[in-house]
Amino acid sequence: MSGLDEQLKLLGPQVLGVLVRRGADFAAAEDAVQEALLAAVERWPAEAPAEPKGWLITVAWRKYVDMVRSADARRRREERFHDEPEPGETENADDTLQLLFLCCHPDLSPTAAIALTLRAVGGLTTRQIALAHLVPEATMAQRISRAKRTVSDRRLTRLGDLGRVLKVLYLVFNEGYGGEVDLAAEAIRLTRQLARAADDPEVAGLLALMLLHDARRTSRRGSDGSLIALADQDRSLWDTTLIAEGVEILQTALAKDRLGEYQAQAAIAALHADAPEADETDWPQVLEWYDELLRLTDSPVVALNRVVALGEVDGPLVALRALDELPADLPRLVAVRAHLTERAGSLEHAAELYADAAHLATSTAERDHLTRQAARLRQGLAG
Amino acid sequence: MAKYLLLKHYRGGPERMPIGNVPMDQWSPEEVTDHIQFMRDLADELEENGELVDAQALSPEGTFVRYDGEGKPPVTDGPFVETKDLIAGWMAIDVDSQERAYEVAARLSSAPGPGGQPLHEWLEVRPFMVEPPTVTE
Repeated sequence: MSGLDEQLKLLGPQVLGVLVRRGADFAAAEDAVQEALLAAVERWPAEAPAEPKGWLITVAWRKYVDMVRSADARRRREERFHDEPEPGETENADDTLQLLFLCCHPDLSPTAAIALTLRAVGGLTTRQIALAHLVPEATMAQRISRAKRTVSDRRLTRLGDLGRVLKVLYLVFNEGYGGEVDLAAEAIRLTRQLARAADDPEVAGLLALMLLHDARRTSRRGSDGSLIALADQDRSLWDTTLIAEGVEILQTALAKDRLGEYQAQAAIAALHADAPEADETDWPQVLEWYDELLRLTDSPVVALNRVVALGEVDGPLVALRALDELPADLPRLVAVRAHLTERAGSLEHAAELYADAAHLATSTAERDHLTRQAARLRQGLAG
Repeated sequence: MAKYLLLKHYRGGPERMPIGNVPMDQWSPEEVTDHIQFMRDLADELEENGELVDAQALSPEGTFVRYDGEGKPPVTDGPFVETKDLIAGWMAIDVDSQERAYEVAARLSSAPGPGGQPLHEWLEVRPFMVEPPTVTE
């Protein structure tokens, strides 16, 4: 990406935030900002403005007013426009933040919120978002414009639901690194912005969680794309700078003594990051954090991960008994049972369970990984 | 947020729905046109919802093909599947939930047949494999 593209990608959402704060209709404002960005691409290479953001706000606002004037809903919208401008002030960190809350509005489904957030706050093109989600560009364009229409008449007088925003950013991060767009990096960028503007330990917790997981990115897959389990990862590939930053952010957050699920998850990730070798992991502490996390979330998925830690602390037989208490249809439960059964020494049964788990896997990477586990055990038993 | 494939076979509907099993070539031309228009409208609607990934129809004339050794031409055979097991076409959708995928499949199954009555045809719904999540423990 060129310097100009990069600059505009950062400025676009800020300008949109200003227009929305001034009372502009979201959908029309977004179109106006796009036009202003296009104008900048044409003109700035020849004559760069002294105040790029101010330039963009002026041009976008003019285009917005033109649009409103020519729109069918002229009268209704002009009333709003006449109430408006308090020009001059362009520096307002809350603008982007407010935009983020609007894009993660509870009236939007997570799918819609993710698309709109990447478009309006992340500044990605519709094509890039479509590619990252493996859907046609026309479909993604519709998804985004529907989402825009949904939030268009929503006014946020105060900041909305922070938990909702964190959830959307977490989902974007979890979508990973597919395609030409690095969604994990986008999620980190947006969460950094949020952390600068909102002093909340859970925002910091989420940022720490992302950094600590991102630090392990290159070790999670083999050169052929195959999945490598945490215990088998080459820890020399972990990014120690990111880990140090994540740990520091987490410690500052924990010191505020307002624990939440993202801080607890980050604490678990930090303990794994702390271990130079897998067998040096402080499993008793990991288990304590899972107890804490379970208390905070009451999530069966957390309960399942807790059983893995329990197996490391109290042995596979205790963990297998705890597994029987969980709902049998939990995703990845059979894979965990296979792992514990192997550790308990019932190799034949474990091989069967790995094969069953492969059949139930929801991703090809996990399926292939589990199939290889079954094959490994069966080869050992035959040989 | 998950992708599903809605597979349309030549399976017809349940026995108790008499029109479900009448082959399309025995319908009136208008009934055929209405059926196809229904499919197009549904695809348009799904695109407007931001849910459509793909919609394709397949020719029923399929052949089985396999490798027959280095330097030899491919072997062809068949078809030996029963008509009802053939795939007529599919829609791929990207939706918020399994319930929504079933809802769309049911809509597709309500496509009009003879007399403009819904076909009640069986649709096969299959989830796509996804990418494993970044955060796993």
